[in-house]
Amino acid sequence: MSELKLTDVAKSYGPVDILKHIDLDIDKGELIVFVGPSGCGKSTLLRMIAGLEKITGGTLEIEGQVMNDVPPAQRGIAMVFQSYALYPHMTVRENMAFALKIAKMPAAEIDSAVERAAQILQLDPYLDRLPKALSGGQRQRVAIGRAIVRDPKVYLFDEPLSNLDAALRVATRIEIARLKEAMPDSTMIYVTHDQVEAMTLASRIVVLANKGIAQVGTPLELYEAPDNEFVAQFIGSPAMNLLPGKISKTGEQTSVTLDAGGTAVSSIPTNPEQMGLQVNIGVRPEDFFADDASGFFEGNVDFIEALGEVTLLYFASRADAEGIVAKFPGVERNLRGQNIKLNADPSKVHLFHNGLSLRQRS
Amino acid sequence: MTPALQGLLTIIIGVSGCVGYFYLSNQFLDKVLFPPRGPNAGRNINRANMIRPWLFLFPALAALGLYLAYPVVETLRLSLTERVPGGGYRWVGLDNYTQMAAEPKFWEAMRNNMFWLIVVPAMSTAFGLLVAQLTDRIRWGNFAKSLIFMPMAISFVGASVIWKLVYDARPAEQDQIGILNALYIFFGGTEPQTWLTVPFWNSFFLMIVLVWIQTGFAMVILSAALRGIPEETVEAAILDGANPFQIFFRIKVPQIKTTILVVWTTITITVLKVFDIVFAMTNGQWETQVLANYMYDKLFRANDWGVGSASAMVIMLLVTPILVWNVRNARKEME
Repeated sequence: MSELKLTDVAKSYGPVDILKHIDLDIDKGELIVFVGPSGCGKSTLLRMIAGLEKITGGTLEIEGQVMNDVPPAQRGIAMVFQSYALYPHMTVRENMAFALKIAKMPAAEIDSAVERAAQILQLDPYLDRLPKALSGGQRQRVAIGRAIVRDPKVYLFDEPLSNLDAALRVATRIEIARLKEAMPDSTMIYVTHDQVEAMTLASRIVVLANKGIAQVGTPLELYEAPDNEFVAQFIGSPAMNLLPGKISKTGEQTSVTLDAGGTAVSSIPTNPEQMGLQVNIGVRPEDFFADDASGFFEGNVDFIEALGEVTLLYFASRADAEGIVAKFPGVERNLRGQNIKLNADPSKVHLFHNGLSLRQRS
Repeated sequence: MTPALQGLLTIIIGVSGCVGYFYLSNQFLDKVLFPPRGPNAGRNINRANMIRPWLFLFPALAALGLYLAYPVVETLRLSLTERVPGGGYRWVGLDNYTQMAAEPKFWEAMRNNMFWLIVVPAMSTAFGLLVAQLTDRIRWGNFAKSLIFMPMAISFVGASVIWKLVYDARPAEQDQIGILNALYIFFGGTEPQTWLTVPFWNSFFLMIVLVWIQTGFAMVILSAALRGIPEETVEAAILDGANPFQIFFRIKVPQIKTTILVVWTTITITVLKVFDIVFAMTNGQWETQVLANYMYDKLFRANDWGVGSASAMVIMLLVTPILVWNVRNARKEME
């Protein structure tokens, strides 16, 4: 049975729709990551699950029980806020014990729950400090500890790492991954705009766009088989290249004659009636390689960025090939200003018609 | 010359005098005293910068010294002297203080002042906090706040006149124009009461006037402080299962503790100096005397500058520690 289930959930402020037709099943023990561009409603959806925002349509179920009108504290959820939201006038211990005190738990149980959480998060030495005497990373751990002591069914994380500096963010990300491993039965929902966090932490990623879910899948599914151009370009950096063209041969493999000249081959099969269909082919920058003999796209390298392990080649924009980027391994300093022919393995060439992938989902 | 023109002229002369002082003294410092040129240019700039703040502070310091510090010393001197009939004075040591301590009216004033000190700041702060919290989220909250803030704009004497009407008593056969008596009769009272002559309770009726005025002040400051509380801490408390009362008393109030203290002590200082309300409503009769009115009685009615000054010193001694504490709290709040 699913732990948390959203059925046709919608959110609107008066006549303005923020989210609609959200359907999602989350299993026990999953770590689901909501990603999406800013303003796509990912935090709003999380806050709706938490009960901080009213659900204006559809149902939210946790363990089979409809939660739409259940007060936040009784939903069996705990939330970690972006700004930590620690109570500044309480010590670390009091911060973590607050919910349990409100629930009138016996003092001995509260103490042991706090001690246990502090041990997991290595907060023992700081239990009697006020939040202002802690570093950013420690505050974040207290915020997580405050969630752990409540032993919730579902943990909600709202961009928990975005207030930390780069190094600490990586360290805390790994800590969260370890924490998840240590608690295999707990379900977590994690909101971020950072792809790396999404790719590394998630058991499944939910990409939100245009008021709805663009695609749900494991990180590699989204990377390797995006359902639509939005997901294709949102996951992966730099974004996937799109080149317009027409299908010129159908069958087991599909050939596309590009508007920019050249013919690309994709391993996605097509039907004869799709002959001549206007499509975009999608190729990730890292899937391009130089191939003077049979490359399907030729362009002039306008600019390069040598990052050491890889070199990014930016091709001069043309009407029929905008903002094409290739990522070559190693350092390639002398390619600037040169004409290069690019090719890609047919299995790495995606096909989109009207923004949607032509790949048949099995 | 009409008074309006005179006033305008005074303002113009005063303001241009101030501007002239700051401008010319600054010029003098930079151009004549320590010019930033010649062999000692760098040293001169440093010296000029060390002197400049004092130059600009001088008028304020001088005015405060003349009108605040000197009167304190003079009052202290007066409180140790006695007027000699026919002119002159003589030193009497602490006689004025012992005489004052022997007067029941002085102790009545002290007792009433302490009563004021407890009731008014507590009620004003509590009401202010309550109003600030209740009006925070509602659409007509700002309108309600403006209404409650309005008494702040009324002078103490004006407020006293208004409240004197509230407590007014007419002979039993007439209609009552005082709302309190009107209600009292409506709910079955037989005789209209002259509320301000009922000992003990009349002090309380006077305090209500100041509470009415000061609640607006407390509300404005506390409302700003409540707005400053991070919304997430409140949301976190909601998720932690706290009910609205627990959120208010255990999450919000502790976070604005220093502001509450500053409001409390600021009102306390006002209360210790309260004079106008008592003067205008009962003039200290029927056991409502307070220290400031007692001082006025001695100084200007009994012409006894010695005891009058002695009571002024007592008021100052009472206010000073609270003032120091208040300033400390305000500084802490700014950190």
